[in-house]
Amino acid sequence: MPASTTTEQTWTQDQPIVSIKDVRKSFGTFEVLKGVSMDIMKGEVICIIGPSGSGKSTLIRCINALNDIQAGSITIEGQEVHDADLDKLALRKKVGMVFQQYNLFPHKTALENVMMAPLKVLKQPKEEVEKRARTLIKKVRLEGKENSYPGELSGGQQQRVAIARSLAMDPDVMLFDEVTAALDPETVKEVLLTIKELAADGMTCILVTHEMAFAREVADQIYFTDKGVIVEHGAPDVFFENASDPRTKEFLGQIL
Amino acid sequence: MAHSFNQRTDLPVILEPKFKAPDALGFSRWLVGMPPWALPAVAVLMMLWPIAGHAQAVYSAEKIIDIMLKWLPLLLTKGFLMNVVISFFTMLFGTIAGLFLGLGRVSENGAVRSISWLTVQLFRNSPWLVLLFIVMLTLPFEIRIGGTYIPVPDWMKAVFGLSLPVMANIAEIVRGAIQSVPSAQWEAAQSLAFSRRQIMWQIILPQCFKRMIPPWMNWYAIMTMATPLVSLLGVTELVTLSRQAMEAEGNNPSLLMPFFGFALLIFFIYCYPIARFTLRLESKFALKG
Amino acid sequence: MIDIIQSFFRDLAETYPKWNFIFFYEPAQWERVVSGLYVTIKLSVVCVILSVIIGIAGAWAQGSPSRIIRWVVQSYIQFFRNTPPLIQLLFFYFALGQFTPTVTGPDGWTEQPIISNVGWAIISLSFFAGAFNVEIFRSGIEAVPNSTLEAAESLGFTRAQTYTNVTFPLALRVSLPALNNNLINLVKTTTQAIAIAVPELLYEMVSIWNDYSSAQNAAMTVLFFTYIALVGILAFGMHKWEKRLLVPGFGKAS
Repeated sequence: MPASTTTEQTWTQDQPIVSIKDVRKSFGTFEVLKGVSMDIMKGEVICIIGPSGSGKSTLIRCINALNDIQAGSITIEGQEVHDADLDKLALRKKVGMVFQQYNLFPHKTALENVMMAPLKVLKQPKEEVEKRARTLIKKVRLEGKENSYPGELSGGQQQRVAIARSLAMDPDVMLFDEVTAALDPETVKEVLLTIKELAADGMTCILVTHEMAFAREVADQIYFTDKGVIVEHGAPDVFFENASDPRTKEFLGQIL
Repeated sequence: MAHSFNQRTDLPVILEPKFKAPDALGFSRWLVGMPPWALPAVAVLMMLWPIAGHAQAVYSAEKIIDIMLKWLPLLLTKGFLMNVVISFFTMLFGTIAGLFLGLGRVSENGAVRSISWLTVQLFRNSPWLVLLFIVMLTLPFEIRIGGTYIPVPDWMKAVFGLSLPVMANIAEIVRGAIQSVPSAQWEAAQSLAFSRRQIMWQIILPQCFKRMIPPWMNWYAIMTMATPLVSLLGVTELVTLSRQAMEAEGNNPSLLMPFFGFALLIFFIYCYPIARFTLRLESKFALKG
Repeated sequence: MIDIIQSFFRDLAETYPKWNFIFFYEPAQWERVVSGLYVTIKLSVVCVILSVIIGIAGAWAQGSPSRIIRWVVQSYIQFFRNTPPLIQLLFFYFALGQFTPTVTGPDGWTEQPIISNVGWAIISLSFFAGAFNVEIFRSGIEAVPNSTLEAAESLGFTRAQTYTNVTFPLALRVSLPALNNNLINLVKTTTQAIAIAVPELLYEMVSIWNDYSSAQNAAMTVLFFTYIALVGILAFGMHKWEKRLLVPGFGKAS
């Protein structure tokens, strides 16, 4: 077992698909991330939990280069994300992101939302894109809603369109930033189901979430962050039953 | 504004646009948004332009300043003061007529409502200048009350012409304010046996009065900016006098910049404090609800 | 048909001398009305298009990283929004007009300025309405949530692609009601071109009633309702467009 790694998990796989090393990030004088490291293997599902303001969302936005970082490195499939010469398009093809507020394009129908990026960004032929988009809409169980505008869909339905929209770019890694936080309790389930299916298909997923039961069920690894550092992490069973750090215990005590 | 933007989480989020239509408070907001030195700086620049020695400028700087100083008192007292007087009376008549027209817009009587609506549409959508021409030419130069003839000066006719669009726009402000009062107020008053007229004048209108003041003042500023139009019909005011003054000085091209620059400047000096005050009132009322 | 109309108005003028619709039966006067209407429409259409272009370009320039560009745009807006359009027109035509070069006219011996009075009217009115349009478009752009743009960014859109596919279509929808008002105001303001003798509708009508005092009432009536109709058509068209762009859950609530 390699002693140099920060994890005690068995990781006999090849290279991690996402590798985060000692990342630091500040907004002005406020340091949000104070040296965060994690490695994610292909096909793994990672859940990041922690109190609000602990830097979870910032971390996952850094992975997608929506925020820049001050120190450290983030590589995806061996490629440095925060490299000035980086081809952002190549990065964004690899990494899909779903937001808390869905952020669909309100002037486009569900189908058009899914088709837009492959058409305009990748310049793929329309017939092919449309066929794939229809399959994706079916996959997120929204058949029949192709021609509805976001304003006509419930929050849960919009969020699933947003997931399909990201999948249309055929990413290798999916980032979910508190995707159920803005939803009604009834619609949370349908979105979680979609993510679960996605994970079962072998998609590498990084989730920031408050849904502990879901995290426990679906995650391979749980990371607990507080005040800009990773306090501890582990497999769900170990993490939820035998958390060692007092901060984790306190947090879990409040939540569970 | 009749638009609502979703803030609920299960619909796409769009922010409320900051800009209000030009006939709302946009104008005042704009005037205030401008650094106070901007327009004076432009005006001074324009006055200095011919002095900077353009080929066509035959007058020296001193001569231009002399001419400007000579005409300044007249431009102010007989010129710009006239603009202020016209705007004042226009606003007075426009407001009174607009108040009743606005009440007509929410009348219980369908015929009154339709006629008020038509009146508002006609006068809001026609150019000010067209209304001015029509009124100036149709009104008699004197009116007979009893046995005495009262002359109607040109500027008074202009006031009537400008009052029409102001009336129509004030009517819309009044209507909007009345309709913004919750209907529960009506019901509460009705249950206390107030008559409709009493409710309107004693309960509803006093409530919307505050709400009407900022857009009303905004219209005053828009109105003042429209007063130079009357110069096209020969009414004496700032622009008319400026042109006469330039003519009297031999129509020298080097006078165009200083004179028009002065006109722009004086309007700014007058409208800027109004705009500031309007915004202050608005934020004050906004706080108190 | 035309004969019937002409004789009707000729009879009307004889029975009621104060209601002489001279332009409805005398071809020469009819042509004046038509040419006036043509100039008004031309002026309106050209100014609407130019002012919208100015608005879009200005709003784009306001987001520029260069402070100088932002300052120039800002000064432009301040100047044109806060001074009476009539004085702007006079200023452009008389004050700036004296500095423009002249060319020899078509008759071969008179000197004509390169920019005619119609040209100055178009420039002045377009800049006047354009200043408002910059603000209107800018606030429309600001109303598009940052997070929506971020979503586009995370899908790999470039800045330009985001602007054309997301920002602009959304901003346009937010801006339309205000734009609508401003363009209607612009059409009404074209009448002020009479100040520099642009032969638009108001100018032609005024000359007709100056020439034939009996036509005064008739000309005024026609003038008034023609403008109501012009404004009505524009308002109707813009409203239709606004409705067509309407998207559920966005903008106007039901």
